[in-house]
Formats: sequence, structure tokens, C-alpha cells
Amino acid sequence: MTIDWSWISGHTDELTTLAISHLQAALTAVLLGLLISLPLAVVAHRVRPLRGFLLGLSNVLFTIPSIAIFVLLLPISGLTRTTTVIGLTVYTLVVLLRNTVEGLDSVPAKTKEAAKAMGTRPLRTLLTVEFPLALPVIMAGVRIATVMSISLVSVATYIGDGGLGQLFTDGFQRDFPTPVIAGVVLTILLAVVADAALVGVQYLLTPWKRRRA
Amino acid sequence: MYELFKNLGGWLTSGAQWSGPDGIAHRLAEHLQYSLLATLVAAVIGLPVGLLIGHTGRGAFLAINLASFGRALPTVGLVVLVFLASGLSMWPVYVALVALAVPSIVTNTYAGMTAVDPDVKDVARGQGMRGHQVLFQVELPLALPLIMTGLRLALIQVVATATIAAYVSFGGLGRYVFDGLAQRDLVQVLGGAVLVAAVAIALDLALSGVQRLLFRHRPAQHA
Repeated sequence: MTIDWSWISGHTDELTTLAISHLQAALTAVLLGLLISLPLAVVAHRVRPLRGFLLGLSNVLFTIPSIAIFVLLLPISGLTRTTTVIGLTVYTLVVLLRNTVEGLDSVPAKTKEAAKAMGTRPLRTLLTVEFPLALPVIMAGVRIATVMSISLVSVATYIGDGGLGQLFTDGFQRDFPTPVIAGVVLTILLAVVADAALVGVQYLLTPWKRRRA
Repeated sequence: MYELFKNLGGWLTSGAQWSGPDGIAHRLAEHLQYSLLATLVAAVIGLPVGLLIGHTGRGAFLAINLASFGRALPTVGLVVLVFLASGLSMWPVYVALVALAVPSIVTNTYAGMTAVDPDVKDVARGQGMRGHQVLFQVELPLALPLIMTGLRLALIQVVATATIAAYVSFGGLGRYVFDGLAQRDLVQVLGGAVLVAAVAIALDLALSGVQRLLFRHRPAQHA
């Protein structure tokens, strides 16, 4: 299997466009996933009976094959970017929800009591005490969800989207490996860069961790 | 929506749908074969690696990065790539599924090993246990719950992803998803998806049963 370098140099514009569209789909899904999981995780954390139900539900969603989710969304949102993003969001939920709940669980009870004793209201405690302390565990989930989404976007190629995944169908149909190799390498590259960027974000968001390290 | 579910019920329960080479029973067996074999191979590769890294404490950085690298691998691309390289064989499916399962197994095995209380290991060594004895008689049993979690996670991912075998013209339950997609037959797609999810959940429950059986003599741990 040889790489046709001239094909790559002749398609740099197309590759860039696909990579950007790929990243957009994945990041939108993670952001939406966070918007859904954060409130749900607070509910799962505070209301014990709902905890098993919510975590179990996200586990069940995880077992549905991604291609099937995309196809099943077709009657609702059609062959659009929306379908891709909804499908990916569903997959991020299992990781984001579980990690956020675990993060909130890891906040020491004494810290919360101290906040209460100082007269901090529950919502404020949640936003200024619990979430910041849960951040490392939440961010671990965000990193996994991001890398997972970036790798999953390509599945949406079967419904005509899929960013870099379009290179896979293209190469498959023409029996031409170069676009497939380019797609795999670029996907991994996007994932590595996004992961490193998130490590940077976490560093910026948790200044109190730096002094100890 | 109601119509769709009614048709789905009909599709899943009709006797004709279950028999023959295109029948659910046969596709189910194929799907199980792909998933179980791939997970088994992944376990044979991933378990020793995770155990060794956890036991020696060396190469942890490499293992964690390899795992996140593995998670980033686009399965569709991998399947197509191996398909173009090897032609029409089962290799693309197994290579992609094994590559998908190994990272979960390695990271969870390693996590289980690092979670073992260092004092317990010190005691074992102090009693004159050798390295391999500490590994197999102390660390492994204590790390087993997390190792099992990794295996279950890997199996769920593999079962859901084995759907892709149908894309490179193999069988399994993915046949219904891809054929349904090609024929715009939503009932068939939904039927395939429901069956895949059911298989994943059933296997996960079976493994959690095995896990409970393995630990039935152990006093309840704080979770």
C-alpha cells in the first residue's frame, strides 16, 4: 500500500475544510453534551433514587450502534449536520454524566458544610465550591468525550456528513488508500491537539492546583 | 411513530425473519462470534500489558497515551484501510474491533493495579513473597473488579461496533442496519439496532453475573 503524495499536496484545501468541519461537529456535540449532563448530574448527585436510573439510561444509549442512531434520526432531522451533532451528543452523555456525578461525589462533605456554615446559599455553593472542586474529574470526562467524538464523527459519513470520514468512503469506493490514510492520520492529529488544548484549559481553570505541583 | 413500533414488533416476532441464512438467529450467531473473539484477543493482548505496567510501575505514561491514541482511531477508517490492504477477508473487522477494545482493557487493568494499597504489597513482600506471587496472589485479585469493568466496557463497545462488519460485506446484525439504510427501510434499521443493543446489554449482565459469582466469598467492600 503506497501513499500518493501528489494527491495529498493537490487536495490540501479540501483536507483543511474537512478537518475544520470535523472538529466543529465534535466540539459542538461535547458542548451540548456538557449543557445536558451538568444539570442532570446535579440531579443524579442530589436525588439518590434518580441516580441509578439516569446512569443506567446513559449506559443503554451507549450500547446502540452509532450508525443506527444516525439512521434513526433521519426521519426527524434528515441528512444534515444536526443529525450528526445529535448522534454524537448522545454518545458523549455516558462519559460526561458519569464523570460529573463522580466529580460532585468527590467533593468532601466538610467543605460543603463549611460553605453552609458561612451562609453560602445552595446554588452559590454549587457554582463556586462544588463545581470547581469537581473540575479535575469533570475535565477528565470532557477529554475522553472529545477524543471519542472526534473519532466517531467519521461514522456520519454514511449519512453524507462525517467530516474527514468522507475520505474513508471516497477511498473505499475508488479502491484508493491515500485519502483513507490521510483521514486516519488527520483524525488522530485532531484528537491529540484537542486533548492537549483541554489539558491547557484545565491548567488555566484550576490555578490552586499549580502551587502544589 | 406508533406505526413504526408496531411494524418493529412484527419484524422482530415473525418466524420467517428468524430462520435461514439471512435470519436473525444466524446473524446473531455471527455477531456474537465477531464480538467475543475480538474481545478475547484484545484481552489476551491488553491484560498482560496492563498487569505488567501496573506491577512494575514502568511505562505508565506510554500506556496511558497509547490508550488515548487508540480511542482516537476512527474505526471506519481502520476497517476501510485494512480492507484495502488485505482484500475481502475477516481481517479488517477483527483488526478494528481489537484495536477498539485493547485501550479500555489496558487502562482499566492499569487503574486497578495502581488502586491496590501499597501497604498491602509491602506486607506481601515482607512475608517473603516473590514478585510474581505478589502479582498473582495479591495484586491481581484486588484489582479484579476494575479489570472486569474494563472488560465489560470493551465488550459493549465491540458489540456496538461489530455492526461495521456489514459495511465491508460481512454478516452480523449490522447487515440489517446497512441493508435497511440502503433500502430506506427504517423498520429493518431499528430492528438491527434494537438487537445489537439487546446483545450488548445481555452480555454486560452476563459478565456482571460472572463477576458477582467470582467475588461471592469476598466480604462486601466499600464502593
